[in-house]
Amino acid sequence: MAEIVLDKVTKRYPDGALAVSDVDIQIADGEFIILVGPSGCGKSTTLNMIAGLEDISAGELRIDGERVNERAPKDRDIAMVFQSYALYPHMSVRENMAFPLRLAKVDKATVTRKVEEAARILDLTQHLDRKPGNLSGGQRQRVAMGRAIVRNPKAFLMDEPLSNLDAKLRVQMRTSVSKLQKRLGTTTVYVTHDQTEAMTLGDRVVVMRGGHVQQIGSPQFLYEQPANLFVAGFIGSPSMNFLPATLENSELHTPLGAIPLTDRVRRLAEAANAPREVIIGLRPEHFEDATLLDDNEKSRGGTFNATVDVLESMGSDKFAYFTVEGETATSAELDELAADAGSADLTDGGAQIITRLSAASQATEGAETTIWFDADKLQMFDPSDGRNLTYTE
Amino acid sequence: MSHTVQQTRPARPDKGKRAVSEGKKAERKLGLLLCAPAALVMLAVTGYPIVYSIWLSLQRYDLRFPDQQKFIGIDNYVTVLTNSYWWTAFGVTTLITVISVAIELVLGMGLALVMHRTLVMRGLVRTVALIPYGIVTVVAAFSWRYAWTQDTGYLARLFAPEAALLTERVPALAIIVLAEVWKTVPFMALLLMAGLALVPDDLLKAASMDGASAWQRFTKVIIPVMKPAILVALLFRTLDAFRVFDNIFVLTNGAQQTGSVSMQTYNNLIKGLNLGIGSTMSVLIFLAVAVIAFLFIKVFGTSAPGGDGGKR
Amino acid sequence: MAAIGAKTRWALIDIVVVVYALVPVLWIVSLSFKTKETLTDGNFVPRSWTLQNYVDIFNTTVFLRALVNSIGIALIATAIAVVLGTMAAYAIARLDFPGKQALVGVSLLIAMFPQVSLVSPLFEMERGLGLFDTWPGLILPYITFALPLAIYTLSAFFREIPWELEKAAKMDGATPAQAFRRVIAPLAAPGVFTTAILVFIFCWNDFLFAISLTSTEASRTVPAALSFFTGSSQFEDPTGTISAAAVVITVPIILFVLFFQRRIVAGLTSGAVKG
Ligand SMILES: Nc1ncnc2c1ncn2[C@@H]1O[C@H](COP(=O)(O)OP(=O)(O)OP(=O)(O)O)[C@@H](O)[C@H]1O
Ligand SMILES: [Mg+2]
Repeated sequence: MAEIVLDKVTKRYPDGALAVSDVDIQIADGEFIILVGPSGCGKSTTLNMIAGLEDISAGELRIDGERVNERAPKDRDIAMVFQSYALYPHMSVRENMAFPLRLAKVDKATVTRKVEEAARILDLTQHLDRKPGNLSGGQRQRVAMGRAIVRNPKAFLMDEPLSNLDAKLRVQMRTSVSKLQKRLGTTTVYVTHDQTEAMTLGDRVVVMRGGHVQQIGSPQFLYEQPANLFVAGFIGSPSMNFLPATLENSELHTPLGAIPLTDRVRRLAEAANAPREVIIGLRPEHFEDATLLDDNEKSRGGTFNATVDVLESMGSDKFAYFTVEGETATSAELDELAADAGSADLTDGGAQIITRLSAASQATEGAETTIWFDADKLQMFDPSDGRNLTYTE
Repeated sequence: MSHTVQQTRPARPDKGKRAVSEGKKAERKLGLLLCAPAALVMLAVTGYPIVYSIWLSLQRYDLRFPDQQKFIGIDNYVTVLTNSYWWTAFGVTTLITVISVAIELVLGMGLALVMHRTLVMRGLVRTVALIPYGIVTVVAAFSWRYAWTQDTGYLARLFAPEAALLTERVPALAIIVLAEVWKTVPFMALLLMAGLALVPDDLLKAASMDGASAWQRFTKVIIPVMKPAILVALLFRTLDAFRVFDNIFVLTNGAQQTGSVSMQTYNNLIKGLNLGIGSTMSVLIFLAVAVIAFLFIKVFGTSAPGGDGGKR
Repeated sequence: MAAIGAKTRWALIDIVVVVYALVPVLWIVSLSFKTKETLTDGNFVPRSWTLQNYVDIFNTTVFLRALVNSIGIALIATAIAVVLGTMAAYAIARLDFPGKQALVGVSLLIAMFPQVSLVSPLFEMERGLGLFDTWPGLILPYITFALPLAIYTLSAFFREIPWELEKAAKMDGATPAQAFRRVIAPLAAPGVFTTAILVFIFCWNDFLFAISLTSTEASRTVPAALSFFTGSSQFEDPTGTISAAAVVITVPIILFVLFFQRRIVAGLTSGAVKG
């Protein structure tokens, strides 16, 4: 069990690339923490520095209060699960799991006991004598986990451990990883690309971008109070809708029409010294089919009319996609998010809005529908630096 | 595995590109250190001798008359290139190369298909096919020689009991080609088989769904997809065939104008002890091989195998 | 039914291949067992069998000496070429350093190099250096021409090794030496071993250098010695003894092929065709 502290940790690769810069993270004993961010943002690098597989260029890494920058991986007592699982192909499942114990010169009986216990927990008992090459993806993943848990390390590091599994298996394994961690109570640092994993697994989430930490907090907090445009856009699926807006006389002029500011938003915007041109963000669930609401509810927000491009019925609710005429919101953060999602060139011809409507909605594809949105839930961002103008601690 | 799609983030230029860090330096040093011995041996045993042989080729240098060593410019080249024996040998070499490589390509392709697709005894077929590849060329050559020797040989008895085929020019050349082909078809087939393995099964299935017959699948799908592998195999074998020596030495010893350029060089050097002429021939063969390789790479666009060298 | 028909057809084709590959080998084996009297009967299968030819060659120092030379020279050249090749291939597969492309290019050139072009200068240089007609005099060119083969094959193998395992081993508590010994070495060994076989076959096979750079029994290898065989007396037909000697040096090749067929195929195809 361990507390891990990254104190202004920086990594500059030999070729000069600055992969991680001034990262401060305090991981409490037993905590499950997630590192998330787009490709190349330095997640693996950060993890490898904690592991000792990469040198730390500057800053300090402390485990249980002790500086460990200079320690070899084997002296840190940390286990790691790799994306490719990194199972030793020439050893059986049993030997793979026993390997760390044998290196630690644990006696034979204990090794057998521990390996069998881990195999039982992970449901691998009948595969113990097979070679990794003959296992399915999910089984390999479990062997990798098994190899990590057998020696009761101080901490687990996992680098995208589920990304090689198919969608269904990934959901299954996600819950078992979570259960396992709860059961063992071992400090865990988990890297992922997938924000659903980030939202569901961790006690806290660290959002990274370009080697910098953007925000640290519980998944719910990041969702409700993103510190900036980047976090707002990265967390949540489908992601937040962004629109350009002009702030004038307590009113927002947007492609959806004029929106009067609610008291909460006005107060926060004034306190944050909001500029004239802003970007507003609205989550899909803050929209609703206007015909389902009474006037009282409607008065708390605005409405607009648009044609439904695509309607996806999920059973429990419906996703309706609209294109809103006019400008689209632009900023460096949004461009980067679009690039990471691979949708950089999909946004021509107006802004795409994704809304989540009740299952009762009668909206149909190609028909014009009146849509209501909750103006009080709106978030406002400064396009120049991405800062959330409606952020409250 | 990190994702290959990288965010283009300008590396902060404060440290400049020239400042190679410690880690990088150490890596370079280790790389050079590890490669140095191999590189040195290869250079010492080929690089220097090649230069030396160019130098020797410009000398009159007959080991029987070592005192008469003298720089004579390109006289040796004139001597060799105006000599009908040289051109005969060159013609024989080219002929053997072209014919045997052509036959090898066809048979090799057949054998590759057999090894790739056979339903039964695949292991056995692959194992026996390796025997001609592995066997010492001289041993195989003796086997062929005795097989075609009058009285002694089963093939001679079968096909030409009355003639001494190895002493007639055309049959002798045919036997040389036979020996070459026998020995190298399996190697060709292995190279082609590796290319065959690169043709996805789905592609062939798609082609049959599109109505292609087996032959059309072969010519329209398999061959085009395999083209790089075929060209590499052809390049390797052509260069190799051009060096033909062992088989000729054993089968005919170059008699009846069946000698290759390698035989000519060997005879001038070891038998004639004429270093000047021998070296001249060495240089000429080297040039011929360079031209062949150049043609393959330029005309057919053969990509040099392993030429990418780096991490994939 | 159709499947059985296809199987029979393949079986027939396979038999053709087997016959193709084996007949010349069986012929020389047959010759080696024939008695002097039946040697020239032209029969594929000996009418009467004898071991006399083998007894004869193992009683001549010419052959024994050549066999020792062949084995010694091929083994030493293989060992050195594989060690140097492993070092270079590791660097090529895993490290980034200037001159890497050049090294790959040079090896490629040497792989295509006409060996006869080296015979003249090496002949002269080795006489000058006192290497002519010695073991090192053959070992050196063998290493040189085996190195490209070794480097290609090995670097193709090394690229396939999941090097992440090295990291995994470190995380599992291994020192760098342990990570190498218990994880990387076992994975690299098959590639190295395969390369060694290929290199050995190459050295074992050589004839041109063996007859050009030797002049006596001191370093003449079997392929070269075969062409100088005359039989136990001047007037005797050496066919039987040559055949017996030929069979002897074919035995190791057959053993390699039988036991390591898969590896040899993998080795030959991995290095060469990834163009
Ligand atoms: N060995 C290295 N040498 C030089 N630069 C590197 C090295 N490894 C990573 N980088 C760079 O450092 C940055 C961060 O890489 P890192 O692997 O930590 O990203 P990541 O967040 O894990 O991305 P992914 O989600 O794709 O795995 C990238 O820009 C990458 O190009
Ligand atoms: Mg990563």
